[in-house]
Formats: sequence, C-alpha cells, structure tokens
Amino acid sequence: MSGFEWIVPVILTVITAATPLVFAGIGELVTEKSGVLNLGVEGMMLMGAVAGFVTATVTGNYFLAVLVAAFAGAVMAFLFGILTLSLMANQVATGLALTLFGVGLSALMGQSFVGEPVDPLSKLNIAGLSDIPFVGPILFGQDGLVYLSFVLVAGVSWFLYKTKAGLILRAVGDSHDAAHSIGYSVIGIRYLAVMFGGAMSGIGGAYLSLAYTPMWAENMTAGRGWIALALIVFATWKPGLVMVGAYMFGGITILQLHAQAAGLSVPSQVLSMLPYLATIIVLVMISKDQSRIRKHAPACIGKIFHPAA
Amino acid sequence: MLLKIEKRSEPSKVMVYMTPIIALVLTILTSIVLFELLGVNPMEALYQFFIAPLDTEYEFSELFVKATPLILCAIGLSVCFRANVWNIGAEGQLTMGAIVGSSLFIYFPETDSFLMLPAMIILGAVGGAAWAAIPAFLKTRFNANEILTSLMLVYVAILVLSVLVHGHWRDPSGFNFPESRTFSESADMPILVSGTRMHFGTVLALLAVLGAWIMMSKTLIGFQVKVIGAAPVAGAYAGFSQKKIIWFTLVFGGAMAGVAGLSEVSGPIDQVLPSISPGYGFTAIIVAFLGRLHPVGIFFASLLMALTYLGGETAQINLGLPVAVTGVFQGMVLFFLLASDVLVNYRFRLNTVRKAVS
Repeated sequence: MSGFEWIVPVILTVITAATPLVFAGIGELVTEKSGVLNLGVEGMMLMGAVAGFVTATVTGNYFLAVLVAAFAGAVMAFLFGILTLSLMANQVATGLALTLFGVGLSALMGQSFVGEPVDPLSKLNIAGLSDIPFVGPILFGQDGLVYLSFVLVAGVSWFLYKTKAGLILRAVGDSHDAAHSIGYSVIGIRYLAVMFGGAMSGIGGAYLSLAYTPMWAENMTAGRGWIALALIVFATWKPGLVMVGAYMFGGITILQLHAQAAGLSVPSQVLSMLPYLATIIVLVMISKDQSRIRKHAPACIGKIFHPAA
Repeated sequence: MLLKIEKRSEPSKVMVYMTPIIALVLTILTSIVLFELLGVNPMEALYQFFIAPLDTEYEFSELFVKATPLILCAIGLSVCFRANVWNIGAEGQLTMGAIVGSSLFIYFPETDSFLMLPAMIILGAVGGAAWAAIPAFLKTRFNANEILTSLMLVYVAILVLSVLVHGHWRDPSGFNFPESRTFSESADMPILVSGTRMHFGTVLALLAVLGAWIMMSKTLIGFQVKVIGAAPVAGAYAGFSQKKIIWFTLVFGGAMAGVAGLSEVSGPIDQVLPSISPGYGFTAIIVAFLGRLHPVGIFFASLLMALTYLGGETAQINLGLPVAVTGVFQGMVLFFLLASDVLVNYRFRLNTVRKAVS
C-alpha cells in the first residue's frame, strides 16, 4: 500500500480541477442543444465566481453563496437572451460581448475583495466511511458541489433523452421552424435553456472561487469558460462525454502543477501552456471528421429564429 | 405582445450609422446609474471620464498613443469579421508580433542602422501573421473552430512572452527584474511631436486605415472577402475559394496585430515586459463592431475607446474609481450596440389594428 499514497491527493485535486468544467460544460451543452451558441461562458463563470465569493465572505453562508452565483450567471445569460433571442443579435458577437462585459463587471464588483481569504467549501465527513483508506476520501470526502455535478450529468442525460420536455428542447435545437409550427414556444424554451446554462456556469465559477482556489482574483477563470466550450465539441454534444473530457482536462491541469512542483527542468510557463495546447489538439482531432460533427451538432445552432408569421 | 418586430425589406442605411450613437447614449445613461451606485457624482464622473483627459495638449496626444494599437488590431479584425472568420485572438497575435519584432534588437542590441526599425516592424507583422496562421491552418485543414483555437493561442503567446522575459531576454544589468534592456534609439519608434509620446506607430495605423479602405472597396480580394462573408454559396459559385479567404483574412489580421504589438514595445513601453497590453486585442473587437467594420468608422471608434482608457485613469486618480470601470464601460458599449442593431434589419410596430386588415 505504501508508495501509492500520493495517488489519493492527486485524484482529489483532479476532481476539484474538473468540477468547474463539468458545471460550465453541462450548462452550455443544454443551451447548445436548444440551438443557441453562447460564447459568454467565461464571463458568466467570472460573475458566478465573484458573486459567490462576495456572498460567502459577507454572510458566511455557502449554500446561499452558490445560489447567488447561479443567479448571477442566469442574469448574465438572460441579458444574452434579450439580445440574441428577442432582439435577434448575432450570437457569436453577443457571446463575446458577454465575456468582455463579465470580465469588466466582475473585476469591478470584486475590487475590494481581492486577496481576502475565505474558508474552502467544507467536505463531507462521515465517521467511518470517509476514513476508509483510498476509496474513503475519494467517494465519501468530497464537497457538496462535486456530488451535485455527478447528479447534474445524470439528470441532464435523463432529461434530454428520456423525457418529453427534453425531446422538445432537442427539437427546438434541431429544427426551430418545425417546433414552432407544432406550437412550441421556440423563444421561451431557448430562454430557459440559456438561463440554465448561465446558472450552471455561475456555479462552475463559484466552485473556482470557493473550493479550487478559495479566493477572488481578476480573471481567475483563466480561459476555463472557453475550454468548457471546446469540451462540448470534443464530447460531440453528449453529457457523459463532457464529464469525461472535464476530468481529462482536470488531469492535465493537475499533472502540470505537480510537474512544476517536482521541479522539472522545463520553465513552469511551458507546463502552464499544456491545458491550452491540449484543448487545441483535442479540437483538431475531433473536428477532423466533419461528418461526425455535423451528425451530432444541433442543426439550428447559432441560427436566428424569427417566425415568419 | 404590444410591440411587434417586423423584418425590413432592406437593411436601413440610416440605422447603420445611427445605432453606434444610440448605443453610446444608452451606455452613458446606464453609467450614470452605475456611478450613482458606486457613490460618485455622475456628472463629475462623466466629466472626469470624457472631458478631463483631453484638457492638455499632452493628454490629447496620449489619445493617439492609446488609439494606435486599437486601430491596427481592429482594422485586421474587421477584415476577418467581414469574411465571417471569427478571429478573437488578436491579443495573442499582438504579443507574438512584439516578441518576434523585438527579437532583432534583443539579439543584436549594438546594431546601429536606420534599417533596424523597418526590419523590426516587418518581423512584427510576420510574427503576428505566423501566430494567426495556426488557426487558419487548423481551420482549413482540420475544420477546427477558429474562435477557440485563436483564443487558446492568446494564453500560449502570453506564456511564451513570460518565459522569455523571465529567462534569457532579461536585461543582464537589470537586477534580475523580468524586463529586457531598454531599446536603443535605432530600435525606437520615432516621436512625432516632441514633448509627447505620440510615435511613428500612429502613422502606420493611419496607413492601415487608408490601405484597408482601398483594399475593401477597390480590390478583388476585398470584394471576395465581402462576398464570402455575406453569401458563401454565391461566393463558391463565383469560384472564390473559402479556404483562401480564411487564410488571407487571418494572416492579414495577424500581421496588423503584430505591428500593433511591435509598435507598443518599441514605442511607449521601450522594452519587453511580461505584460505589454491592457487587453488592446480584446477591446479591438468592440472597436471593430462599433466602427461598423469600416476603416474610417474604426478610426473614430478607436479614439473613443482610447478615451475610455484615459478616462478610467483620470477617474481613478481624481475620484478613486476602480480602473475596472473602463472594462464595464467598454463591454456595455458593445452590448447596447448589438442590441440596437436590431433596428438595422427590423422595425418595431405597434401590434394593433393592422392584424384585422391583413
């Protein structure tokens, strides 16, 4: 057994690095399934991160902090909805605007909280179970959001593929005109999907500022929102694969941190490039097969819906 | 619904020019609320933001110092966006241009030649273009989304810069600070007006405005860019290669951003630092849209965004407002612009009697 003890902390840190990506990725997946491409994930995560952090430091109530983070993300997504769904603005440009706005607004809101410490999200501790060597801390010693992320993936899979509401959502994403002519409210459904995506991105952001690195810093998401977007392409729009991808990226992030700590003779910055380079490589490998993307991507993604009648 | 959105038969020409103004008015109205929330007198804040920075001749020249990289980046981006190529990695291309361009001085610091600066500018363009060629290659060869690849490369470029500045580009007599040696005179951008920091880069930016204008309105390649962007199928029937346009726009955009980066390090910064841009490459996205993707529009939009940088600094010094206000302000402009752009293609109608008639 001894000699392998380092594995447990590594797995634990991989989980914390992956969880924000799971939340943001699954949320955006639902948005995209409804036919909307929201490139503002990074901005929504930042707003969630700052809102969650501020709430936690002021009230000390972490449950409330996560709720507020989800709310902040959803409000941002609602703004995106007003522009793209009601005012029919270009989704790519609006998503970029949402990110730029989120970067600025979160920096402004978090100004007086930079460098303030906060207790990390508390972890589950079941006497007996959490102390089992190896599996104990991994299975029974996580914080609530990690468990929630697993429930979320299972729930979204079930919702999308096993419920009528999920079928309607996918129909809206694949053929908004057909869905509209049957009488479904395309815009209404998309608003809900977009705001769900925003709320999940908000929680993903809050996980960064409350658990992964319990503090607030400007731009602390460092591109994770964009990596989450890439994960969805990687996963060919399947919830389970988004989770696999998120853990892969969590693994790469942690691996490079450990390699830096181990003092490899490579400059630390080169190792820090790895998650970004991996994103590019993964994108290339998946996108190469164009027919596969076309088969799985929601057919109406990024298209503006304006009912003729 | 009481209001109905109706598609116009043709996009409104008037609205194309009106919406940036509408967006600005809405931004200013919203920021009055924002300033109120931050506990600052809104009129005072607006004065500090938009009027005070232009008080003196020196500050007026600073407007051009800040606008120069914005113009260059936004001109490049506008050509990409016209072709529906979503290059959002100008910040990385700017960084790479600065690295490649200044490498000439870093490795040959003693060289004293009038060719030094021109060579550095060309290398800057090459560096930026090469960095943008990566997403172009990945897009045309592997169909990889250029939005994500160009953005990921921003982080990579900034880390490359960090490796160099913390590594062997460090000034040997610089007390181990992560800074390169300061540029020699032959590697410096000449100052245009003595007593200011206005430099030759501004001339390059103005040339870019003129060049891009001619290119987009008078040349075949400019026409192809517009056709591929507006109607790719029609472009394909006309025999225009979409791949060629992707390559051209990205390389052009990268080269412009590269020149912007080089003109920053050999202009106002005068050495290579770990951070060489306060996000010019991202703000340039806003500039490109606000300028209606038109070179002349971009020129004016750049001056306005440059003013928000200066105004942010002034407001910080005089009112203690956080610098982040600038970012919020810039984001809001783009938001309101995209929102009011609905008026270009659609019109609002009261949803009343007409229904019965039709």
